[in-house]
Amino acid sequence: MIACRGIVKRFGGVPVLRGVSFALSGGRTLGLVGENGAGKTTLMNILGGHYPPDEGRMWLGGVPYVPRHPQDAARCGVAFIHQELNLFGNLSIAENLFLTAFPTVGRLPCIHRGNLRRRAAALLEEVGLSAGPDTPVERLSAGEQQLVEIAKALSLDARLMIFDEPTTSLTRQETERLFARMGQLRVRGLSLIYISHNLEDVLRLCDDIVVLRDGEQVGGGPRAAFTVDRLVSMMVGRSITRLFPARAAPVSAPPLLEVRHLTQPGMVADITFTLHRGEVLGLAGLMGSGRSELARILFGLDPFARGEIRLAGRPLRPAPRRSIRRGLALVTENRREEGLCLEAAIADNLALVTLAAHARGPFGWLERAGLRRAIEGVRGAVRLTPTAPDAAPASTLSGGNQQKVVLAKWLLARPAVWILDEPTRGIDVGAKSELYQLISDLASEGTGVLVISSEIEELFGLCDRILVLSRGEIRDELARDAFDRERVLRAALGERPRPGVLS
Amino acid sequence: MLALRGAPLVLCAVVFVVFGLLAPRFLEGANLVNILVQSSSTAIVAIGMTFVLLTAGVDLSVGALMFVAAAVAGKLALGGAPLAVAVVAVVGVGLGGGLLNALLVTRLGIVAFIATLGTLYVERGFALWLTETRAMNLPESVLGLGTARLAGVPLPVVILAGILAAAHGVLTRTPYGRQIYAVGQNLEAARKAGIATGRIVASVYVVSGVCAAVGGLVSLAQLGAVSPTFGTAKEFGAIAAAVLGGTSLFGGRGQVFPGTLLGAVLIQTVENGLVILNADPYLYPLITSGIIFVAVLLDSAGTALLASRSRRRIRVEDAPVPGGPARHRADPDPA
Repeated sequence: MIACRGIVKRFGGVPVLRGVSFALSGGRTLGLVGENGAGKTTLMNILGGHYPPDEGRMWLGGVPYVPRHPQDAARCGVAFIHQELNLFGNLSIAENLFLTAFPTVGRLPCIHRGNLRRRAAALLEEVGLSAGPDTPVERLSAGEQQLVEIAKALSLDARLMIFDEPTTSLTRQETERLFARMGQLRVRGLSLIYISHNLEDVLRLCDDIVVLRDGEQVGGGPRAAFTVDRLVSMMVGRSITRLFPARAAPVSAPPLLEVRHLTQPGMVADITFTLHRGEVLGLAGLMGSGRSELARILFGLDPFARGEIRLAGRPLRPAPRRSIRRGLALVTENRREEGLCLEAAIADNLALVTLAAHARGPFGWLERAGLRRAIEGVRGAVRLTPTAPDAAPASTLSGGNQQKVVLAKWLLARPAVWILDEPTRGIDVGAKSELYQLISDLASEGTGVLVISSEIEELFGLCDRILVLSRGEIRDELARDAFDRERVLRAALGERPRPGVLS
Repeated sequence: MLALRGAPLVLCAVVFVVFGLLAPRFLEGANLVNILVQSSSTAIVAIGMTFVLLTAGVDLSVGALMFVAAAVAGKLALGGAPLAVAVVAVVGVGLGGGLLNALLVTRLGIVAFIATLGTLYVERGFALWLTETRAMNLPESVLGLGTARLAGVPLPVVILAGILAAAHGVLTRTPYGRQIYAVGQNLEAARKAGIATGRIVASVYVVSGVCAAVGGLVSLAQLGAVSPTFGTAKEFGAIAAAVLGGTSLFGGRGQVFPGTLLGAVLIQTVENGLVILNADPYLYPLITSGIIFVAVLLDSAGTALLASRSRRRIRVEDAPVPGGPARHRADPDPA
C-alpha cells in the first residue's frame, strides 16, 4: 500500500532523516518507535505533504506518491489521527465530520441538514460511537473525540491512517476500545501506522516495527523479532540497565503531610494517608479515578468539604499562594498548558515562582544579578540542556527539558512536599531516566514526594509505597516489598482488598 | 438552565417590566415599534460586528465607516443624484472600507484591533474632509427613507429584518457560516482541516463594512443630518449589543438571532425608557452602561456556574437514605 525508499531530509544542512525505507501492505499495522527527536514527526510530515523529502521516493497503492500539500495527501487517502485533536468543540459532531465537504441542497450553498445527519449517523455507527450527530463535540470525552477523528478519516476514504500517540489522554478502557476499532480497520484492508512511546502497546498492535534513532533507521522487521528491552536498547543506542535509581527506603521517618478523611462530594471520599520525610509515595489508579483531583485539592486549586490536612504538624488550609509559602509544589500533568508559559523565556519560566524573593528595596526592584545566579545554579541542578540560552522561549525545548524547567522552577522555592502529576508523560526514555534520578534525589534530601502515574512500572521503580485510587477512594496500599501488578490493577478496577490490608 | 443562559433575555424582560410600571406609555404599541426603529441602525452594524467577533477579531472602524457612508450619501443627495445611486455608493463604501480592513488583517498580518483602530482615524478624517467638518442638512428624498413604510412596517425595520434573516441563514445553514465558527474556535486546526482561513477572515471584515455602511445610511435617514460627530462611539454600541447577545470576544460562540438583535434592542430600550421617564439626559450613558455591565456580569456568572455543573464527576454519591447514614447500608458494589 505505502512504500518509502531512502527518505532523506535536512533542515539547514542538518540531516534529520538519513535514509528511511519501509513498505506496508494493506491490512497491516506498522509501529514506528524512537526517542523524541529521532525523526518520527519529520517522517510523518513528509507523508502528510507538509514538506517534500530531499532524497528518496514514495509510492502509494503502487503509484508514485508526491503530495504537494496536506490537502493533497488527504485526497490521496492519507489520514492523521493526532495526539492533540483537531476538532472544533463549538460545532456538532456532524459539522466536524463534513466541515470541508458539507452535503448541500442541489448546487445551492446551503447545507442539507437531513443528509448531513444521516451520513454522520452512518459513520458514527461504523466507529461505534453512540452519541447523536448533533451533539457538540465539547461534550464528548477524549476517547469519544478520537472516534470522531477516525470517523472523519473514514469519510475521506482513507487508505492509510497514521495514529500519532493516540492514547496519551485516553483511559485504559477507551484505549482498549480504540485498539478494537483499529483491528476492524485492518480487517477492512486499511494500512495503519502507529506511533507511541508505549512499547507494550506497539508490540501488541503492530505487525511490523521500524525503529528510528537520530534520523537513522536502526532496526525494522516483523514484531516477533522484538521485545520491549530490545526496542529500548535500539532506541537509545545503549542498553539502559538501570532505568530507575536504587532507592534505600527511609526507616520510620517523621510524618510530613498528613491527610485525614478528606472528602469532596463527587470527587474524592474519605482520603486518609501520611507522607513521610524522604518518602516517594505513588498514587496509582485508572484515569478518572480522582488522582489529579486529589492533587488539585491538596494544593488548593479546588475546594474540599470535609477532612483535615496537616503539613509538618500544623494544619494547612490549602490555597495556591499559602500552599507554596508552606512548602508545597505541584507539577501538573499537562506541562504545556499549566506548567509553563510556553512563549516566555526559559529564564522567566524558571523565575516565575520565586520572583518576589529577588525584589529589593522600597520599590521592589529586581536584583538581577542574584536572580541570574539562582537560575544558573538551578539549571545545573536539573541538568537542563546547556545549548538552550536563557532567553529562548520554553517552547523550543524538548519535552524532557521542558519538564526539567518545571521542576527547576519549583526547586528554587525549596519545597518540602512535591506533588508530581504524570511527571514523565510524553518524554523519551533517556530523559525519563534523568528525571527518575532527580525525583529520587529530591526524596533523599528529605522532602516528601507524591507521584501520580499511569505507568505501573514507573511507580514500582520509583516509589517506596503505593496507594491505589478508584472512584475517588483509596482502595489499597502496597509497601515496596509487596508491589504486585495484578493487585494494583484489581484495586484500580475497584475491587475491595482483602480485609486487614488497609491500616 | 434557561435563566442562566439567557441573561440578556431575562434582563430585557426586567427592563420592560420596570419601565412599563414606571410609565405605562412605555408599553404602548407605537412606542415598542419606535424602539425597534431606533435600534435598527445599531442592530445592523452589530450583525456585521458579530461576524467579525465570531472569528475572534474586532472591527473598531464601523462608526467611522458609518460617517463616511453618510457623508457620501449626503453629498450625492445634495448634488441631486437619485436615491438609487446613493444606495449603490453606500454599499460601495462599505465594500471598500471592509476590503481595506481585510487587506490589513490578512495580507499584512496586522492585529485586528490595531488595524481597525487605524482605519477608524483614516476614515473619520476622510469623512471630515469630505464634509469640510460642516453639518449637512438633507433633502426630503433621503429623510423619506427613515419614515417610509412597506406594508405598514417602517422601512428601517424592513431593512433590518432582511439583513438579519440573511445573516442568520448564512451563519447557521451554509458551509461558509459553519466554517466561520470553526475558524474562530481554532484557526490553526481550521487551516489544517483545509479551510481557506484567509478568505474567511477577510470576508467577515467585508460583511462588517457593508453592514456598517448600510447602518450609516439608515441612521442618516432617521437623523436627517450629517454632523462631524456622526457615528462616534458606534463601534462600542455594536460590540456591546453583540456581547450582550452572548457572542464571545474569543471567537467561535454567538449568534445574530436572537442574540445580537436582542442585545441591540435592550440597549435602545433603556435609552427609550429613560427619555419617556424624563430622566436627566446627562445620566443616560451612566445608566445604559450600568445595565450593560450587569447583563455581561450575569452572563459570565451564569457561564461559570454552568461550567462547574457540567464538570465531570468521578463518583456518584450515595443518596442519603432515611433511617441511617449511607455507610450502614449493605455494600452496593457488585463484588
